[in-house]
Amino acid sequence: MEVPILKQGAFLIATFQAALSDADLNQLRMGLVQQVVKFRSRAVIVDVTAMDVMDSFASRTLREIAHMIRLRGAETVIVGIQPEVAFAMVQLGLTLEGVATALDLEEGLAYLNEKFKITN
Amino acid sequence: MAKRDSTPTDIELKRTEEPSELLRELVAHLRQNRTQLREEWVVRISETRLLTAMTKEEIFAEATSVYDSYVEALETEAFEALQAYARNLSERIIPRGVETHEVVGIVLLLRDVLARSLFAKYQTDFKKLNRILDAYEPAANRIANTVAVGFVQERERVIRQQQEAIRELSTPVLQVRERLLILPIIGVIDPQRARQLTEQLLRGIRTNRAKVVVIDITGVAAMDVTVANHLVQTVEASRLLGATVIVTGLSPEIAQTLVTIGVDLGKMNTVGDLQGGIEQAERLLGYKVASITEPN
Repeated sequence: MEVPILKQGAFLIATFQAALSDADLNQLRMGLVQQVVKFRSRAVIVDVTAMDVMDSFASRTLREIAHMIRLRGAETVIVGIQPEVAFAMVQLGLTLEGVATALDLEEGLAYLNEKFKITN
Repeated sequence: MAKRDSTPTDIELKRTEEPSELLRELVAHLRQNRTQLREEWVVRISETRLLTAMTKEEIFAEATSVYDSYVEALETEAFEALQAYARNLSERIIPRGVETHEVVGIVLLLRDVLARSLFAKYQTDFKKLNRILDAYEPAANRIANTVAVGFVQERERVIRQQQEAIRELSTPVLQVRERLLILPIIGVIDPQRARQLTEQLLRGIRTNRAKVVVIDITGVAAMDVTVANHLVQTVEASRLLGATVIVTGLSPEIAQTLVTIGVDLGKMNTVGDLQGGIEQAERLLGYKVASITEPN
């Protein structure tokens, strides 16, 4: 299953669907970094609103995505983690440490715009 | 024909009743002497100083319905109905402050009063008295048991209800500014309450789109390691929803607990008191509080 990656100005937005397989996650990780390089994006927003569970592989993949993108000088923001998912994650010790998070897409964009002081 | 004798002969014994017949006979006796036996029971109740929370009229009214239900249970052996009655009765009298030992006490008193009247009635016929008691005792004991259990079940239900109400009352999530929530925690936190707190807070963050949360634990005297871990998890989970948590009001004991469990205090934002916490939250959100009257 392809994860759609949309370009929004200097940012990329990747929207996770529910139930991504490990293969999908691996594909996404490579795909996102390639797109960051291609478009010289300043940041990536990964929207996980549709995910109702987050296992350790998905969580690790998200951290790896953020680290790889940072090596390209770009920022990653994870948005849309649901309350129940957040609760389950911290109980398993999956804290996404070092990765920026925001409530939803709107907040994520506001955070990035503030950070880069970009006016539309 | 056998001579009249104080003890029945074997022939008469063979004619004797089935247990259910005996039960009917005894129930009939209890119904016939209802007024007198109930009165005797009420006297015994006040002699032993039970049900002091209730007035004479109330005791009389309840005694009547308990007596009738008792006799009916003896007759029909419908113990589920009796248990339902007991729960119903308990629902009425628990708010009046009636205790378990009082309820068990009065039922046992009734059992004794009725037993005495059976002794009196069958005192000339010892063998029959024994058979009557064989029928009466198991039923009477089962009644006492059923009523006591029904009462206790009702008490437990009330306690659970109250606990739930207390939990809900004592963890409000309050919005004090746009994007700023305060969660004042007071009292004892057990793991269950901690979990409920976290869920409530996360939902509140999402609903109010909060960016900063101040959790104030001034009102929490102590926290064990499990609950301290819950607090840390709450902070981390809130961050995953894009909110920063400031914890205020840590007592020295709780500070000690947190250090002991090795909480990375770099991860936890703490401020001494609630006022300081709110001020920092406002700074984070870009608010500035200024006085309306300008000094000259």
